[in-house]
Amino acid sequence: MSTVQTSMPVRTSAEEEVSSWSRLRTNRNFVALWFMMPAGAFLILFLAYPLGLGVWMSFTDARIGRSGAFIGLENYEWLWDDAIFWLSVFNTVLYTVVASAIKFAIGLYLALLLNRNMPFKAFIRSIVLIPFIVPTVLSAIAFWWIYDSQFSIISWSLTRLGLISHNIDFLGDPNSARASVIVANIWRGVPFVAITLLAGLQTVSPSLYEAATLDGATSWQRFRYITYPLLTPIIAVVMTFSVLFTFTDFQLIWALTRGGPVNATHLMATLSYQRGIISGRLGEGAAIATAMIPFLLVAIAISWFGMQRRKWQQGGNND
Amino acid sequence: MTDSALQSAAPRAADDTEGMSYLESLPRRLVTLYLPLFIILVVLLFPFYWMVLTAIKPDEQLIDMNTYNPFWVVHPTLKHISKLLFETQYPRWLWNTMYVAVGATVLSIIASVLAAYAIVRLRFRGADTVGVLIFFAYLVPPSILFIPLASVIQAYGLFDSPLSLILVYPTLLIPFSTWLLMGYFKTIPYELEECALIDGASRWQILVKIVVPLAVPGLISAFIFSFTLCWNEFIYALTFLQSTPNKTVPVAIVNEFVDGDIYKWGSLMAGALVGSLPLVILYAFFVEHYVSAMTGAVKE
Repeated sequence: MSTVQTSMPVRTSAEEEVSSWSRLRTNRNFVALWFMMPAGAFLILFLAYPLGLGVWMSFTDARIGRSGAFIGLENYEWLWDDAIFWLSVFNTVLYTVVASAIKFAIGLYLALLLNRNMPFKAFIRSIVLIPFIVPTVLSAIAFWWIYDSQFSIISWSLTRLGLISHNIDFLGDPNSARASVIVANIWRGVPFVAITLLAGLQTVSPSLYEAATLDGATSWQRFRYITYPLLTPIIAVVMTFSVLFTFTDFQLIWALTRGGPVNATHLMATLSYQRGIISGRLGEGAAIATAMIPFLLVAIAISWFGMQRRKWQQGGNND
Repeated sequence: MTDSALQSAAPRAADDTEGMSYLESLPRRLVTLYLPLFIILVVLLFPFYWMVLTAIKPDEQLIDMNTYNPFWVVHPTLKHISKLLFETQYPRWLWNTMYVAVGATVLSIIASVLAAYAIVRLRFRGADTVGVLIFFAYLVPPSILFIPLASVIQAYGLFDSPLSLILVYPTLLIPFSTWLLMGYFKTIPYELEECALIDGASRWQILVKIVVPLAVPGLISAFIFSFTLCWNEFIYALTFLQSTPNKTVPVAIVNEFVDGDIYKWGSLMAGALVGSLPLVILYAFFVEHYVSAMTGAVKE
């Protein structure tokens, strides 16, 4: 640290005369404790404590209105033999992998498009973000209407074009329901990926591209050897966030299908709500939620190493 | 870090408005840039167009797709919206959402300013560790917390009260706002604080009179983004609020409008539209703050 330490207690010959209270008042650790108090209180009471409580509850048979007794791994053993639980794990992984991969592809493509010069650039960029602004549930309701079995506008258009003979049952058939919720999730997630990657793209100096063009690089080579390496760290962070939020998604599914048809779109989060709150088996719900934690830890580890790499690339060690 | 990146990007872009684009002919740009961009924009905006159109369409046009072209509306009506505002508890739900969002956001910003200042400028023992812990808190999703939180809320006697959301939402907002504000506070010169300390200002006075006024853009970003997150939050509101008048807009839309009526779509879309409008208007006024909040939180 090259900066002056601003609150060192002033040491003078009159130090004894300074009362212990005023010495305490200028002690940075003491002052910082008070400054950290509100944020710390919120995060400990409503984040850290429930996190621990959730893990504890997964080992109990708690129900709504009754605190449970410790039953060891019984909830997990029960889930291990539960086909619906494994179906929800499969759905969650499928949902996360497919949606994140497509979100990344379209988001990166859109970011590259938006990074080029065109009229009304700022306006177009601000429009792109709108799906991200509108509350997920409300846009999911719009998708619900678009996916309606009788009056779907997609079915109507395709019928008019002569491509299908009868309406598609978007949310009624297991596989098309999975595809439909994934499409809605991609639609919602692309703007976030595109705008954050665009912010990364804007930090890449245009002179690099000019130099590469003079040396005869094709546009693919410019992307592969300039854009991609410089963008890797931010891609790592953005995709970790994207994966994290997709994996733990709840509201889109709940608004569109509530896990149906026949549990085909149940994610771990929706199953946890179904079992924990609606059926009232808090312990079992908590066990499903706790089972998500290992996956999240992997995502966080990736994010962490991605950021370390970014700091290393930029030559900083204390950002 | 965020600011330096954003600020350095802006003038550079302004310098090279032409860039290398003169190398491309117009037809080529049309195919590689405008056409794909147009298609993506249409897909991104279509659900909103559809939402607005449905909200102002008379019922008979909604279900008769052969007589009327479904992509347009012939005699627009405000029936759905007025029914929503005067015959349901929608204004009450809007008010609940607003109350919860403002309350939680204000609490979070106050806590975040204090925490960010302490971490960046007081440099207390363990400040870096606390910073990392707060970042991890950002990564804890509500989906794994709502069951234990429901029993915590029950134990505090706050079940079915909007106050429970005001107390719980800061856990989503504080980590994000703190990281964003840490980035802003780092850009404020130490010299200002040193001068103030020499003049006898206390830490509190420095924070309120020097640091906060200089970080106003960051505060606006944090405020808008937090407000949007609150408005968007669903799973806690769904779990904690039971009685109809206490619900927030997203929860009420999902639970109260689904009555199996074939004509429900008009009022459902009107509800979604009216519920989205406050955020879209807010966004229209603060686009730049919004983008810097979103990218800042990721880049820090």
